[in-house]
Amino acid sequence: MLNCREATRLYSEARERELTFKERALLRMHIAMCSGCRNFGEQMAFLRDAMRAYAKGRDEKDK
Amino acid sequence: MSGTTFTGDHAADPSSAWVLRDESFLAALRGQMLRFASLQLSDSQLAEDAVQEALIGALRNAESFSGQAALKTWVFAILRHKIADILRQRMRLVDASSLLREEEEDEDFSVLFDRSGHWQVDERPAAWGNPHESLREREFWQVFEVCLENLPANQARVFMMREFVELESDEICAAVGVSVSNLNVMLYRARVRLRECLENRWFLDGERAC
Repeated sequence: MLNCREATRLYSEARERELTFKERALLRMHIAMCSGCRNFGEQMAFLRDAMRAYAKGRDEKDK
Repeated sequence: MSGTTFTGDHAADPSSAWVLRDESFLAALRGQMLRFASLQLSDSQLAEDAVQEALIGALRNAESFSGQAALKTWVFAILRHKIADILRQRMRLVDASSLLREEEEDEDFSVLFDRSGHWQVDERPAAWGNPHESLREREFWQVFEVCLENLPANQARVFMMREFVELESDEICAAVGVSVSNLNVMLYRARVRLRECLENRWFLDGERAC
């Protein structure tokens, strides 16, 4: 089983590469029991959205 | 680039006069850009050149911006593209030794996790409700910038390369001379810190009255 440190590492790496089937299964089992890591995973997705919005915001000029 | 200085040839151009009159705004903007570019490029001369080019480009079109925020947005977009170009052109010229000090930073993470690798009770990530609503709030972005600036320089650099300049992992590894696993560790640490900062300074703010 994964511990939280390993689970959060995988959530971060999922932003750089596609996780394997086994990794995804292990993560799913972990977050079924761990609300902290479930929140962490959702927040990683949010972080990327926020960075995109941040970069895009700076791309737009008010014309 | 030509010998033009960015304050030189605009005196006669009324359209951009509003920007040039506000010297404190320009100085602050230039300072922010320089910090960002220096961090990304690790070369103050290259950073200086990139910032100057971006500023000149933006000031030429100053009349198309309705205000300082719009100009800042635009000038950073230009700078970001210049930095991406420079990084792609000159792979592996950056000194990587300053990037890796993992042993020191491992200590920080024992605060987050106990010995068995599970969250310490106080550090367990909280639910953020509907965080996307925050993206529309100006105050959120101020907190967001503060949290980005609080990242250790080495982490901020690769994180911004990945998430802001949007380089791929292998491009970053080549540009800064680290292995993929080193890069993954640095990005992980940056995200953990950024997450924690946003939680403490924004998402839980006010809910911790006691």
